[in-house]
Amino acid sequence: MADKSIVVPGEEVASGMDFLPTEGVYRDGEKLVSSKLGLLAVDGRLVKIIPLAGKYLPKRGDVIVGKVVDVAISGWVVDINSAYTAMLSMKEASAEFIARGADLTRYFTFGDYIVTKIINVTSQNLVDLTMKGPGLRKLSEGRIVAVAPNKVPRIIGKQGSMVSMIKDATGCKVIVGQNGVVWLQGEPDNELLAVTTLRKIEGESHISGLTDRVKAFLDEEVGKLKKPEQGQ
Amino acid sequence: MGYDKRFDGRRPDELRPVAAKAGIIKRADGSAMFRIGNTVAYAAVYGPRDLFPRFLKDPQRGILRCRYNMMPFSGAGERVKPGGSRRSKEISMVTEKALLPVLNLEDFPNAVVDVFIELPQTDAGTRCAGICAAAIALADAGVSMKDLVSSVSAGKVGEMVAVDLSYAEESYKDGDVADIPVAFIPRTGQVTLLQMDGMIDKDGLKKALEMARAACLQIYEVQRRALKEKFAVPVAVKGNGSTV
Repeated sequence: MADKSIVVPGEEVASGMDFLPTEGVYRDGEKLVSSKLGLLAVDGRLVKIIPLAGKYLPKRGDVIVGKVVDVAISGWVVDINSAYTAMLSMKEASAEFIARGADLTRYFTFGDYIVTKIINVTSQNLVDLTMKGPGLRKLSEGRIVAVAPNKVPRIIGKQGSMVSMIKDATGCKVIVGQNGVVWLQGEPDNELLAVTTLRKIEGESHISGLTDRVKAFLDEEVGKLKKPEQGQ
Repeated sequence: MGYDKRFDGRRPDELRPVAAKAGIIKRADGSAMFRIGNTVAYAAVYGPRDLFPRFLKDPQRGILRCRYNMMPFSGAGERVKPGGSRRSKEISMVTEKALLPVLNLEDFPNAVVDVFIELPQTDAGTRCAGICAAAIALADAGVSMKDLVSSVSAGKVGEMVAVDLSYAEESYKDGDVADIPVAFIPRTGQVTLLQMDGMIDKDGLKKALEMARAACLQIYEVQRRALKEKFAVPVAVKGNGSTV
């Protein structure tokens, strides 16, 4: 079967013991069969499916954008846009010492968005978070947009090339969480342009030549945004 | 004079026109429409997501929850009372059991995948259409599954063994009728749903199942194409500012 073709669950993607099934592929006797809707990717002997849909599954080490939904006795409950909520404990919340019984809402309160990192995921998918690390902080102002989590690698691009392109073109600050929650901050028109660009990437990422198309799109739209100002 | 020519002129092994489309409900994680003749099923999938009430949680694997519903104006318009009935409860359960064998829910302990099936227009074969739509919707939602599930009804009208009975055939008055909804895992040929209304002899049953298997492979092709077609053209750009 051709590389990068779209496969559906139950489709036989390769045959023979030379190939090894990885993500989204399982073995049934001689055959390798897809278990996800996605793009087929064959890398040497390894066969995997790059998913085109699906919810975020928390993974240790991921930097994500979450929303504080509850303040508990010794920490915060954070919505991480997945089937599971996460816990941020008092100990991991700040570099400074937080005394027992302190008013935790002084640090984070209901509705706050935070950039945070997953430090542990148990077999029951209980998720622990930390705020200790470079760039991890509370977000204020800006806007939050949810994108499909499986498109995050496309939005970031190779070594962050795609997201840098959006940042440079729109002048917005952008943080892309691995869980598909994106934070943007900039001029309102630019923010809207950045959101439209994200949606474009989301919708077209499975078609080749994405970077060039996004670049052309941004050049054109940024030109439109600037014209009225020059007229004044 | 027995039943030797079908009311709509089909061959015994011929399906009504089949069509399917994936990703039609924007807010759902996955969705699909499946139409067979005059029967139309919509399925929407939400999840995996947090499960309430909490006592239903299974720490080993995620659970599947299906809801089958015929809309009040479907069929002959006799389902005026809204909400579930004894019949819809049963069909919800068999739908769940028909889909579970292909789903890999081990990655989502304590979570739930919700499947909602609505039928705005019905002409027999609703549970089969519902299962077909749900299978497409689950794949569209990115749920890990071993295969799709294809389903059709087979049976006997008078002396004729046929697939995909219409409502007129199901209510044939001048002879015996057997209606056998059946669901297959297309790749392996395993059966995940087998029910029967009426009576049929052993040879008739064998023949009906063989015909159903062949018909399911045709349906599987339609389901597969529906999923692939969704990605043939750029997906429509959604509106701005959708938040978490």
